[in-house]
Amino acid sequence: MKVTLTVNGSTHTRDVEPRTLLVDFLRDELGLTGTNVGCDTTQCGACTVHLDGRAVKCCTLLAVQADGREVTTIEGLTGDGDGLHPLQAAFRDEHGLQCGYCTPGMIMAAVELLERHDGVPSEREVRHGLDGNLCRCTGYENIVDAVRAAAAETQSG
Amino acid sequence: MGEGTATTRPFGSSVKRVEDPKLITGQVQYVDDLVLPGMAHMAVVRSPHAHARIEGVETGDAASMPGVLGVFTGPDLADAGFGPIPCAWNLPDAELVMPEHPPVAIDRVRYVGDAVAIVVAETAYGARDAAEAVEVRYEELPAVTGARDALADGAPRLHEDAPGNRAFHWTVSGGDVDAAFEQAEVVVRDEIVNQRLVPSAMEPRRALARWNAAEEDVTLWVTSQNPHIARFLLSLDTGIPEHRIRVISTDIGGGFGSKIPHYPEDSMVIFASQAVGRPVKWTESRSENCQATIHGRDQLQEVEMAAASDGRILGLRATTHANMGAYLSTAAPGVPTILHGLMLSNCYDIPAVHEDVIGVFTNTTPTDAYRGAGRPEAIFLVERMVDLVARELGMDPADVRRENLIPPFEDGHDVATGITYDTGNYGPAFERALEMADYDEFRRARGEESEDGKLRGIGLSSYVEICGLGPSEVAGAVGFGGGLWESAIVRFHPSGKVNVFVGVNPHGQGEETTFAQIVADEMGIPVEDVEVKHGDTDETPMGWGTYGSRTTAVGGGALMGALGKLKEKGKKVAAHLLEASEEDVVFEDGRFHVRGAPDVGKSVQEVALAAYTAWDYPDDLEPGFEASAFFDPSNFVYPFGTHIAVVEVDPETGEIALERYIAVDDVGPQINPMIVEGQVHGGVVQ
Repeated sequence: MKVTLTVNGSTHTRDVEPRTLLVDFLRDELGLTGTNVGCDTTQCGACTVHLDGRAVKCCTLLAVQADGREVTTIEGLTGDGDGLHPLQAAFRDEHGLQCGYCTPGMIMAAVELLERHDGVPSEREVRHGLDGNLCRCTGYENIVDAVRAAAAETQSG
Repeated sequence: MGEGTATTRPFGSSVKRVEDPKLITGQVQYVDDLVLPGMAHMAVVRSPHAHARIEGVETGDAASMPGVLGVFTGPDLADAGFGPIPCAWNLPDAELVMPEHPPVAIDRVRYVGDAVAIVVAETAYGARDAAEAVEVRYEELPAVTGARDALADGAPRLHEDAPGNRAFHWTVSGGDVDAAFEQAEVVVRDEIVNQRLVPSAMEPRRALARWNAAEEDVTLWVTSQNPHIARFLLSLDTGIPEHRIRVISTDIGGGFGSKIPHYPEDSMVIFASQAVGRPVKWTESRSENCQATIHGRDQLQEVEMAAASDGRILGLRATTHANMGAYLSTAAPGVPTILHGLMLSNCYDIPAVHEDVIGVFTNTTPTDAYRGAGRPEAIFLVERMVDLVARELGMDPADVRRENLIPPFEDGHDVATGITYDTGNYGPAFERALEMADYDEFRRARGEESEDGKLRGIGLSSYVEICGLGPSEVAGAVGFGGGLWESAIVRFHPSGKVNVFVGVNPHGQGEETTFAQIVADEMGIPVEDVEVKHGDTDETPMGWGTYGSRTTAVGGGALMGALGKLKEKGKKVAAHLLEASEEDVVFEDGRFHVRGAPDVGKSVQEVALAAYTAWDYPDDLEPGFEASAFFDPSNFVYPFGTHIAVVEVDPETGEIALERYIAVDDVGPQINPMIVEGQVHGGVVQ
């Protein structure tokens, strides 16, 4: 069946099987492979993207559920200057990633977390806000630091 | 620092990782991101039974589904010359049995997840649909999952050639253990279950093969921590000669040991690509990852420790049942033995140690190396027994440890298990951790009523770990089927920029950055002028891969060797250009200059260019400015430290909270402190 999605600002229409998962649509139909699949079951958060501005795990959403809606993936995240979003820059600055597989999903979840939060969230708030995103490499310490640093940067900026 | 303006040395600086830009923007190319022209997809039909005889596999319905290119079973792979998956660690003097492990089961399945058939189809969805349409008739057999149960009389037998399900019986023994227990004033005993776990890298496994029939060669993109080992082993079991196999594992989403083994699916995708004449990709689901990727740990340890009344440890005796799962995975026999039993003296002077390790086949997923691989199982065993000694004697656990810590040494220290620790000074790390935890105050206040009614406890663990695997001579002596040296090629280009090619294969540990820092530091060039290449067997020199805390310790050694050769060659080139004698040329801060005359010199970039143009060049010197080195260490490295956990328990609800965690680790000189801290964080939390 035919679906039309606006992804990272561009509109795409494709004829897909009704069962096509949104993550497969993004990866296979549009070639946006920055969104990773970790668990297939909405647990690990590696596939987190934004659907109409809300962070969602797209490995258990159907492409048809996103029909007519707007999707932002890690490839669509932008900032000023060198083009990096403050959270992307903060993850690098604070060493908030190692193998990087969870990182796109982690950053997309964190972007929404900061959008919904006034000021700099506490460590506890960040941990709570990201508890749907798993990382096996970093032990989370530097991820929390990165999110708080990005929040502080955005505040002062 | 050449033309650069940096004022601090690259070595020792928290340089931001060069790996990160592609990872934070989604531009990295993991194996599953690859799409090749004509690519088909593979799905694996797996056993739902822990143990069963295969009575028949009906493939007709699946094969006739739209888009299905082929359905294949174990005999199809065998007929095509795809042999059993080898185990690469043949422990000597252990009566080790290595039963055949066909990539796809032929007549029997031995664990839930054992492969029974493979389906190749136009799409990944289609392959999974067809896999569900494959009908397998099983005759269920009794199964056994616990190691000790599997040794019992009458237990179901997994392999005809492994009576009693015994995979091996390995022993380590040093000192007079019987005498130690006779002299003991206290003996403590415990049975420790070091439970099985699923390694769970964020990225499950993937494999993509492209067989080229005209060239009779294959390229395999696969999630491997050690692509050169993968290629070597594939040449043994696929029948494809090693020089016609290219393995590419450049970007990997974590491994933690689970991506060391050579897996059946590596062979399956190559077979499938040959069979359908197209590239074939397999993408492991998380469910498959839990079933068919190796598990870690799973030891059952019966332990007793003998001590004197002052807390001195006199001896340690253990019988460990190591659950190997249904088959011996690539490095599995070495994990509960060499990497475990040899560490049973930990950081203490224990005069007598004896351990029997019995490897056992069970109807479970094969086990192999997982994060620390055998060593955490050894440290927990020893530390648990030390705590029991303290309790038995009414001593503070810290005092028992103080009593037994090996005194400082710089020229090696032999322990009863037969290995020699390189250097160590365990006391200061231990005392520092206690101080950070305010241990004495905590112990003093112990037993006082807390205001919130919660109970608080403090736990200590000191360790020394066999790392930097390792001398090849030792690898050979303990039955590892390969060497454990490393390799590096450093190639300056005519413009003065540098590529480094290494045999190790980092996948999150950050050596693309730290190796660039080493090159920059040694050659006096900017870090950004260096790019490190790894993971492609056609591009990089043979090396044994990334695991066993060896990448920097051994791979870095090879890199230093290559850099040393380049400096020597550079002196010859510069001496010629400067019309000086080679002995008078020194290399400092990226410049070769005449000793005592810093202004008379050539930059390393100028020397590189001169070596490539070779217009004005020594007659007896080869052109070019690259060097290659292999490094085989003379010993392992033995880092050490003390960790302390403060834990709070709510006696009403049983809820446990980790209040504080203190880690003091001896890491040696830090190339990049930011990365070192990140590695420690990850190790502690995982």
